[in-house]
Amino acid sequence: MRTLVSASVLARHRGLYWTIFGGTVGAFVLAFLFPVYWMVVGAMKSPEELVRTPPTLVPSEWHPGTYRDAWGTMDLTTHLTNTVVQAAGAWVLQLVFCTLAAYALSRLRPAFGRVILGGILATLMVPASALLVPKYLTVVDLPLVHLNLLNSPWAIWLPAVANAFNLYLLKRFFDQLPAELLEAAEIDGAGAVRRLWHVVLPLSRPVLGVVSIFAVVAVWQDFLWPLLVFTDTNKSPISVALVQLSNDLPVSQLIAAMVIASVPMIALFLIFQRHIIAGIGAGSVKG
Amino acid sequence: MAAPTLTPPAPRLASVSRGGRRPRRRLKDNVTAYAFLAGGLLCFGLFSWYPAGRALVLAFQQSNSVDSATWVGLDNFRLLFDDPEFGAAWRNTFAFTGLALVIGFAVPFALAVLLNELRHAKAFFRLAVYLPVMIPPVVTALLWKWFYDPGPGLFNEVLRFLHLPTSEWTNSTRTALVSLVLVATWANMGGTVLIYLAALQAIPGELYEAAELDGASIWQRIRHVTIPQTRFVMLMLLLLQIVATMQVFTEPFVMTGGGPEDATITVLYLIYKYAFVYLDYGSACALSAMLLAFLGVFSALYLWVTREAT
Repeated sequence: MRTLVSASVLARHRGLYWTIFGGTVGAFVLAFLFPVYWMVVGAMKSPEELVRTPPTLVPSEWHPGTYRDAWGTMDLTTHLTNTVVQAAGAWVLQLVFCTLAAYALSRLRPAFGRVILGGILATLMVPASALLVPKYLTVVDLPLVHLNLLNSPWAIWLPAVANAFNLYLLKRFFDQLPAELLEAAEIDGAGAVRRLWHVVLPLSRPVLGVVSIFAVVAVWQDFLWPLLVFTDTNKSPISVALVQLSNDLPVSQLIAAMVIASVPMIALFLIFQRHIIAGIGAGSVKG
Repeated sequence: MAAPTLTPPAPRLASVSRGGRRPRRRLKDNVTAYAFLAGGLLCFGLFSWYPAGRALVLAFQQSNSVDSATWVGLDNFRLLFDDPEFGAAWRNTFAFTGLALVIGFAVPFALAVLLNELRHAKAFFRLAVYLPVMIPPVVTALLWKWFYDPGPGLFNEVLRFLHLPTSEWTNSTRTALVSLVLVATWANMGGTVLIYLAALQAIPGELYEAAELDGASIWQRIRHVTIPQTRFVMLMLLLLQIVATMQVFTEPFVMTGGGPEDATITVLYLIYKYAFVYLDYGSACALSAMLLAFLGVFSALYLWVTREAT
């Protein structure tokens, strides 16, 4: 594909190209990979070595046991389980309710559907931080039923469903599905549920994948909201636990815990990188 | 590399008209549709629409967790205006957003233009630049807090190694805010670069060819082809970035606690303080309403721009 510099110019300046290429690779390694390396390796240095000046590039003694110690002191089993439960629930509920609502708005066209869609899109204009306090007060005392959701995963799960961005992504995708397929299914006597399950969903795997990744990553990375709704540290996800326990831990153990908290996200990225990169483009360029 | 796309498998066809149905059938359709919508509507109602209205009401009330709320008119706003942290929070938030734009707007664009010209190791560059985005923000903040440590922190060690003067980083009122901007830029740049790369790849090659035939230099080609062709994406990212960076919280909360001397307190941090440290929900909502009014303009512009384009 033709870009800014043509292939013939590039062929004439081989040396310059490889210099720039090498420089860029070096800069990327230093800027993006080295900090991660420093974190992974820093956790395995002894406490004395960690504060040594000048620092060692490779640990002179390896202490991989720090990871085990950090797991124990920070009770990472509890916090990782909490995070997984919160992320999984948010994922399932968001997938079910956003898909149902998006399908209804896109294909069933109920009365006042446009008004409802407008109301949902309007929430995109409201910055999340502006709703922080009233949303917290709602969770503390749910209107009408007067339930307190503090320290319960429902405080993560239910607000996660109110995700206008993912709902709109799904709705736009459903809008573009071939109408004659759905009409044919309707003529064959398939009801709304069967049409959704047997026609729409099998065609929607790419968008469902993107929404799933967005849903899980959002919960795993969130900090302020879980900080507010989990006052009991034993219920809190890993991100909150890291900050709350960061001052009581030896530095090397804290760093080890940080690595452990990042591993699932990095693994997710390496496995689903194509979907994630496609999703970034879809989510923002196409609005 | 066959990346999955978000385009459905077949082109769109005109949908068959639904007119001429019997009213009973229409009613049944509506019942089904609302049954499908119920869960979503309940959640939007409880956690988006109701809180948005409540924020506007609470802004004019005195409210804490103990007493019932009373109307106080503009008292919450007066209280905020008298708070020296109020001015500091807005100044810092604007400075943060401005600096984040200066660094975070030009650098990703230049990087994307450069990466688009490189013919090798494309996958490596994409993975590397997006890696920080996937690291949980709390981990990023703690990691950079450790790098910024004026004693054995990585950055001062590197500066000492290069025989350069060391810095106080987040410990000095002069450099604290800039230090946080660097963290935010490092952490968020990946998404921007990838979006620019996608936009660059959509530029038709003939445009560059024609420009080259006309004798345009590389800089002229960037100015007259690349930038005009990506103007829409730039505008969109600009608006998105303003809305996102104005809501900065995790970095100052984790790294500096708003200090030193309020040098890094932000509007969202102050909302948090009013609500959860002073337990004054009314003033917190008054401040939220101000942020809402300010950012709502940019969000609306963003939605308008993207709708115009699609």
